[in-house]
Amino acid sequence: MELLAFGKTGWGDELFYATLMTIAVSVTAMLVGFVFALIFTPLKLSKYKTLNLVGNFYTTVIRGVPELLVIYLFFFGGSGAIMYVASIFGYYEYIEINAFITGSMAIGIISGAYSTEVFRGAIQSIDKGQFEAAKVLGVNKFVQFYKIILPQMLRLAIPNLSNVWQITLKDTSLISVTGLVEIMRQSYIAAGSTRDPLFFYSFAAFLYLLLTYVSMKLINKLEVKYSRGY
Amino acid sequence: MDLDLMITSFPKLLGATVITLKLLSASLFFGLILGLFFAILRLNKNKFINKFSYGYSYVFRGTPLLVQIFIIYFGLGQIEYLRTTFLWVILKEPYWCAIIAFTLNTGAYTSEILRSAFQTIKPGIIEAGKSLGISNKIIFYKIQIPIAIRQSLPAYGNEIILMMKGTSLASTVTLMDLTGVAKYIISTTFKPIEVFIVAGGIYLFMTFIIHNVIKYLEKKYSFQ
Repeated sequence: MELLAFGKTGWGDELFYATLMTIAVSVTAMLVGFVFALIFTPLKLSKYKTLNLVGNFYTTVIRGVPELLVIYLFFFGGSGAIMYVASIFGYYEYIEINAFITGSMAIGIISGAYSTEVFRGAIQSIDKGQFEAAKVLGVNKFVQFYKIILPQMLRLAIPNLSNVWQITLKDTSLISVTGLVEIMRQSYIAAGSTRDPLFFYSFAAFLYLLLTYVSMKLINKLEVKYSRGY
Repeated sequence: MDLDLMITSFPKLLGATVITLKLLSASLFFGLILGLFFAILRLNKNKFINKFSYGYSYVFRGTPLLVQIFIIYFGLGQIEYLRTTFLWVILKEPYWCAIIAFTLNTGAYTSEILRSAFQTIKPGIIEAGKSLGISNKIIFYKIQIPIAIRQSLPAYGNEIILMMKGTSLASTVTLMDLTGVAKYIISTTFKPIEVFIVAGGIYLFMTFIIHNVIKYLEKKYSFQ
């Protein structure tokens, strides 16, 4: 247990901050994913074939390629891409992007592909009559989406979004390859310096289990909240 | 765009795909057996056996695959006793460690898929078998298992694709699979986009094949 002590003698505080980092990356990635889902879900549901193609391309490629490969693309290609854009605006200095941003962007794009599929499925399973009724009542598109479609969609989407959250949370462990100090990276460092990998990796597994368990409990509450009246 | 690099790296990446496919097929094969075993345990009426099986799938589904590989590859080697047994021959090889980790992981997901498939079998089918005087064993092997396999095909197809992507983690324990070689080429040439297109293309091609094979099987074994 002294290995987990807080302060200089143990790894307790380091692992505590690493856990906070994992949570921070997961939440950021999930939010980035929602932004992507907001862009690509309408594309997938659009009437226009070309827009459908763009939406399908995104979800198919991201869901068919390993997460690790996407992370390497961002890790090795991220600063190059930013520098290329900057050079167009006449800025030629070296730009290094922080591991947190690279990681949350990479995981966010992956989680966005899953969220897009979830939102698409949820919108498609809403009864057509709801859209027609809104139209007949003269409700404008904005109110129709926020007050009528979204609340119904959330109820259907939350169980699946909870799966996306679990996937996202577990995927953040892969960012450790870029050197961002989250649970996995911190355990790697601790395991290396104490030569006790079995203990630290098992403890990391325990931390992930704790995170998935607690988030499941919280999401279940949300589910109850949004299924009022059903 | 560096087309030359894409052309020269293609055969290297294709060679590495063989390792990816070996890892995938081995872990799917053992994972299916393990999954079936734990799914049957889940249906057992004994509370202890039931909980044990649930605990297994809960732990392996609730933790990242990366942690599982690291525990098996780096962690188990630490136990002195293991080093003296014959198991060490297997556990010192990253290749077998990866297969063990993948097997345990996919086994957990497969057991959940099969369990829900078993539970959706209509009781009438089993009752019909019983009233025809068929023994419980034959009902299980000749009626329940084939129906469960058919029921679980779509979900299992997804699991195969997820596992194929999961094999990329073998590169973190020094194995040169498709992702491992891709990373090596990226880090020596600093051309991430080109390599990503080629390696990603190979992965997508495999996804495409798996997807269509499963679709074909679904059609072939669909209930009329």
